[in-house]
Amino acid sequence: MSPFKKNRRALLVLEDGTVFEGSAFAGEGEALGEVVFNTGMTGYQEIVTDPSYKGQIVAMTYPLIGNTGVNNEDMESAVLHLEGFIVREYQSHPSNWRMTKSLKAYLEDAGKIGMEGLDTRALTRRLRLSGSMKGILSTVSRDIPSLLTKVQNAPGLVGRDLVQEVSCTKPYRWDKGAPEAVSLPVGKSPGNPRVVVLDCGVKYNILRILESNGCEVIVLPAGATGRQILSCSPDGILFSNGPGDPAALPYIVEAARNVLGKAPVFGICLGHQILAQALGGKTRKLKFGHHGINQPVKNLKTGRVEITSQNHGFAVVLESVGHKASPTFTNLNDGTSEGMKAEGAMSVQYHPEAAPGPRDAEYLFADFVALMKKRR
Amino acid sequence: MPKRTDLKKILLIGSGPIIISQACEFDYSGTQAVKALREEGYEVVLINSNPATIMTDPEMADRTYVEPITPEAVEKIIARERPDALLPTLGGQTGLNTAVALAESGVLAKYGVEMLGASLPVIHKAEDREKFRHAMERIGLAMPKSGFARNMEDVRRIAEDIGFPIIIRAAFTLGGTGSGVAYNREELEEIAKAGLEASMISEVMVEQSALGWKEYELEVMRDRADNVVIICSIENFDAMGVHTGESITVAPAQTLTDREYQKMRNAAIAIMREIGVETGGSNVQFAVHPNTGEMIVVEMNPRVSRSSALASKATGFPIAKIAAKLAVGYTLDEIPNDITRETMASFEPALDYVVTKIPRWTFEKFPETEDFLTTSMKSVGETMAIGRTFKESLQKAIRSLEIGRFGLGQALPDTEPAKSELLTSKLVKPNSLRLFYIAEALRSGMTVDDVYEKTKVDPWFLHQIQEILEAEEELAGSKPSVELLRDAKKMGFSDRALGALWNKTEFEIRDWRKRENIAPVYKLVDTCAAEFEAYTPYYYSTYEQETEIRPSAKKKVAIIGGGPNRIGQGIEFDYCCVHASFALSEEGVESIMINSNPETVSTDYDTSDKLFFEPVTLEDVLHILEAEKPDGVIVQFGGQTPLNLATGLEEAGVPIIGTSPAAIDRAENRDRFQEIVSKLNLKQPDNDTAMDVEGALAAADRIGYPVLVRPSYVLGGRSMEIVYDPETLRSFMARALLVSPGHPILIDRFLEDAVEIDVDAISDGRTTVVAGIMEHIEEAGIHSGDSACILPPVTIAPSMMERIEAQTKMLAAELGVVGLMNIQYAIKDKELYVLEVNPRASRTVPFVSKAVGVPLAKLATKVMLGKTLQELGFTQTVIPKHVSVKEAVFPFNRFPGADIILGPEMKSTGEVMGIDRSFGMAFAKSQLAAGFNMPTSGSVFISVHDRHKEGIADVAASLAKLGFNILATSGTAAYLNGRGIAATTVRKVSEGRPHVVDLIKNGDIQMVINTSVGRKSTQDAYSIRHGALSYNIIYTTTLAGARALTEAAKAWKEEDWGAYPLQEYYKKQHLPLLPSLDTLKGTSGRN
Repeated sequence: MSPFKKNRRALLVLEDGTVFEGSAFAGEGEALGEVVFNTGMTGYQEIVTDPSYKGQIVAMTYPLIGNTGVNNEDMESAVLHLEGFIVREYQSHPSNWRMTKSLKAYLEDAGKIGMEGLDTRALTRRLRLSGSMKGILSTVSRDIPSLLTKVQNAPGLVGRDLVQEVSCTKPYRWDKGAPEAVSLPVGKSPGNPRVVVLDCGVKYNILRILESNGCEVIVLPAGATGRQILSCSPDGILFSNGPGDPAALPYIVEAARNVLGKAPVFGICLGHQILAQALGGKTRKLKFGHHGINQPVKNLKTGRVEITSQNHGFAVVLESVGHKASPTFTNLNDGTSEGMKAEGAMSVQYHPEAAPGPRDAEYLFADFVALMKKRR
Repeated sequence: MPKRTDLKKILLIGSGPIIISQACEFDYSGTQAVKALREEGYEVVLINSNPATIMTDPEMADRTYVEPITPEAVEKIIARERPDALLPTLGGQTGLNTAVALAESGVLAKYGVEMLGASLPVIHKAEDREKFRHAMERIGLAMPKSGFARNMEDVRRIAEDIGFPIIIRAAFTLGGTGSGVAYNREELEEIAKAGLEASMISEVMVEQSALGWKEYELEVMRDRADNVVIICSIENFDAMGVHTGESITVAPAQTLTDREYQKMRNAAIAIMREIGVETGGSNVQFAVHPNTGEMIVVEMNPRVSRSSALASKATGFPIAKIAAKLAVGYTLDEIPNDITRETMASFEPALDYVVTKIPRWTFEKFPETEDFLTTSMKSVGETMAIGRTFKESLQKAIRSLEIGRFGLGQALPDTEPAKSELLTSKLVKPNSLRLFYIAEALRSGMTVDDVYEKTKVDPWFLHQIQEILEAEEELAGSKPSVELLRDAKKMGFSDRALGALWNKTEFEIRDWRKRENIAPVYKLVDTCAAEFEAYTPYYYSTYEQETEIRPSAKKKVAIIGGGPNRIGQGIEFDYCCVHASFALSEEGVESIMINSNPETVSTDYDTSDKLFFEPVTLEDVLHILEAEKPDGVIVQFGGQTPLNLATGLEEAGVPIIGTSPAAIDRAENRDRFQEIVSKLNLKQPDNDTAMDVEGALAAADRIGYPVLVRPSYVLGGRSMEIVYDPETLRSFMARALLVSPGHPILIDRFLEDAVEIDVDAISDGRTTVVAGIMEHIEEAGIHSGDSACILPPVTIAPSMMERIEAQTKMLAAELGVVGLMNIQYAIKDKELYVLEVNPRASRTVPFVSKAVGVPLAKLATKVMLGKTLQELGFTQTVIPKHVSVKEAVFPFNRFPGADIILGPEMKSTGEVMGIDRSFGMAFAKSQLAAGFNMPTSGSVFISVHDRHKEGIADVAASLAKLGFNILATSGTAAYLNGRGIAATTVRKVSEGRPHVVDLIKNGDIQMVINTSVGRKSTQDAYSIRHGALSYNIIYTTTLAGARALTEAAKAWKEEDWGAYPLQEYYKKQHLPLLPSLDTLKGTSGRN
């Protein structure tokens, strides 16, 4: 094929009418979603498999994507949840010893559109200046007014419960790196601390790290009630990351409220926002969110800086939580809440499980396990 | 944690002269550090022997010592200045080694000087391979199998255990000197022996070769609160086995998944903690097995390095500046990121572009050495290019190299006969043109897999090259169309390369593009991939939708830099460009810098108001000028690179300020210059041109031998020779006509034993002021860049000085010089000859500026802006009371087989300055600074050409009087004895043993004086010089050099060595000059 690739042409139309032209390196059709940019230079496989991107079209700021293909070990979920994927230049000759498939094939198998060839830095600047916007990717239509209408009529993320679309439907045990169906109630495990994970769109690496920390990991669908959670006799409960507006999830907040104090609770990302609400706090939408793997976070206890992996468009309004929790981490770039602790509970806005990103904060899982052991 | 208030005065050690493996990147880091420390209110004391550095500008540090960087000199400075602390991690390996020596000898403890950044045990742990290995074992990281050997027996035993191929690395050396890869026993013997000799501690590491593994580097920073961040990941295009300084490298890493990258990141952080680097930047190198992903640690540098400079330029994160601030107690989260202002330095830069660095080699200068890249560094510079894709950044980097290549498309030497065989060998053995051989191999149908097998260059890179070649093919096979043109520009094709493919000129392509509105946009290097607003205007070009430049309405001037360092064009020209920028800012004019060299101060984002990191080619420069529309453009400071663009720029209507390109051409064009010479009634050595052998012989006959011959249209004294007889002339002509077919050969009378004079002057168009007259130590015929020189001259009569001044002023007026000019004269038999006039900044501008205490390049810039010298207050030559000596520093030890003899072709990479009250002491200091020991006793070996015997007698007599034993080869000894000077005969190598080289090896010779005449020298002479080089014995290959050395030895023995800062030299009327110059004047030649 000619190196001046003449793939199917593709358009990206943002809700403010900005149009970017490029071509589709994978898939065809149309995709609607909130357009966000991610500044990670590595980890596109983890990003495309991260359920938290449900409802979003992800644009990578690093221009070359696809370099290492896709492998079997770095999946963060079984299914691709993002709506579309935008890069500056797709790499059609990947090279890596663990590679089993190209990114193009992987996206196409999942029916996703991958767009390339546009000025992704201009796109990023547009999003930074105007804030996250809805957008539509199309390889089939060149009719910009009608695409714009579609975008403007599409629902945004605010007020939307996307968790239901990505959570598991049946409980499972995470066993030796893979899910294994279980039926409730599960009997008390004699040895290892048992963590019940409420799957709001959980990334597999959370489960992997819990397991490697010697935990028995039971994953429940996001709709599980407090009672159902407690019926699993958890030594600890983890509210996972997930997509969409945290304010649209009253039932999960309710479940959290019901389990608080019954076992140590750990909230990650969306889980942090759930916990904040369970303690009476509120969340707000950020202008363009934090999506990347270089976010500096200050540990308020040690004073040390951790470089963290982040992926969130909403933040906890710290003051709204009041005295029920105390802040533990703060973002050094914009001062937003990155973590808190309350009686029997801890949470972080960022991703201690990384994948992708630095492993600086992985010790939090060990802290959680220690908390559980203390309570036992 | 706030900055420390218990420290007041901090000593910084620079890295000394530019040598291979330690170049101007350490001026960049040192300058950043000096600025950062002074910004924090500390008093900074600096030592550096390199006058061409910005850091040694008298207004940079509080106290600037241009002294040899030896433990003794630094101790003197410490005793005088009593600093509270020493920052050892910013002056390269030289700075670090010197600090280690001072710590080990107890000097630091004696004066209560604290070592900042890294303590002695930390440095040892990182630098001593065995300690480092133990440290890695403790944290569970793998290293290649290896062992340490202090003798050949150990070497053989360990090699037996490891198996071939084996890497030999000498401990405590620079840039891998004394290192190499051995594939068999024979090579093992050879390389290990050399390594043991090169090592300061006679130790080599014999190591399992990870040849062919993928190589990576991480730049890491740590603060005293134990915060650690990774600034940049770098992936080497060339696999393990090629020194990272010799490799094409790319940032960020391209072929690692996040999981693999994080594993490397964790390892780097663990290493920082285990080694215990308290604060600052370090560099960790890893190798990764291409098929299994097995990762091993190669090494770490507990200091700012060449890669740190590259990483700083590649990311926009100023590693050295931050390292300096961390050293005085700040933590990363307390230091703002200059670029984004709102965020802090405690983060990891995100790139949204690809950076490619390609080293610049000069194998053509050392034809005796094979063009073969190994674990020992040979490149003299590098270039970096930024693009939005690898293909774009690679193609930009290629044309930035300035090697006459504008893409992958040009033909290669010798690819026609035995093509496949040749290609294979050029792929298997890494060499300076391998990138192009790879392209040629792929073009000729070799598959990516085949090329990978032969080169171990990751297939990802090979496919990128393949895509460029496919594009090339498609372009060549298609009718030119706007769409193709657009696509090609987006992929990084230059107009020149496209022109070649489409049978058009570069200019036709440019005009076509202009009509179609195809022009690049400029994007920012902002450390954060546009996540935050960036305030620092650091730009690169690409072909996309949105441009981010905001041309201001202010008056502005663009400065065109010199591109990658090479022999003949290095830091001196960058120094001038930086000064131009400073001067513009002093005058309230916006400065725009254009350059492609990542090692320099000029490409620091805060040197100029705007920085364009771009190839210095006509196409790329014109784009910037069209976008920015500056009021003026400065071409006379960046060396030959911008001058070569001058005509093209002028034709495009660019307002060049200062001396006009026409005047420059008048001076450089031989015929036109001759007209000036006769018009002004000046003298030039008799000369002629010839197109063939017969013509040359006739011309030489008329002019009289010896003659200086060279092909026209070559640069930097390339292929220039002094010829003494018709036979040599015949063979020269045969070679020269091949090098430069169809061009005339230039033949000049060679003024034997003439004194060469270098003059730097400045003119505003009306007034001309001679800034400095330098007397060369070596006679005319040695390239001025390779010759030592003295300012003020010591043997030139006042009347001659007046003539020099008068002629300089006449030439400046005739040429209409506005700005700087450099003239080379020769004095023979009381006659003054003009050898060369260059109406532009010369290599000696920084030296003269430092010697006389006048910032010439700044003044010249202001003159170009329209100021008069009167207004600037510079109307009189400054004749300092002190003596300054500039000495050249040579890279011979990097080029096995190269002879150290000097000639008309420049070979030095850098320079040092010695400054003192007397010539002898200043010269002695220059020799120490160049890395030699000045002997006070022992033996001097003398072997000179018959022509020099008469002259050497005085030298030998003086040395004998100083108490040296004189050893000489039989002929020289007989001559000396005949003149009543006791000399002991020593055998030449060909005369059996023990011979002179045995004596050198045994440490029985402390100085070597060995002269030759002409290009060829005997094997005996070669062995002597090579012995001196290998054992770092002070040597000279010229008679004049011998006289100077003698003077230096005398001063070294009889005078006090004092170290004074430049600021004192400029302020005080120093002690009177001590004129003990009888021996220097000698018997012939000098007036």
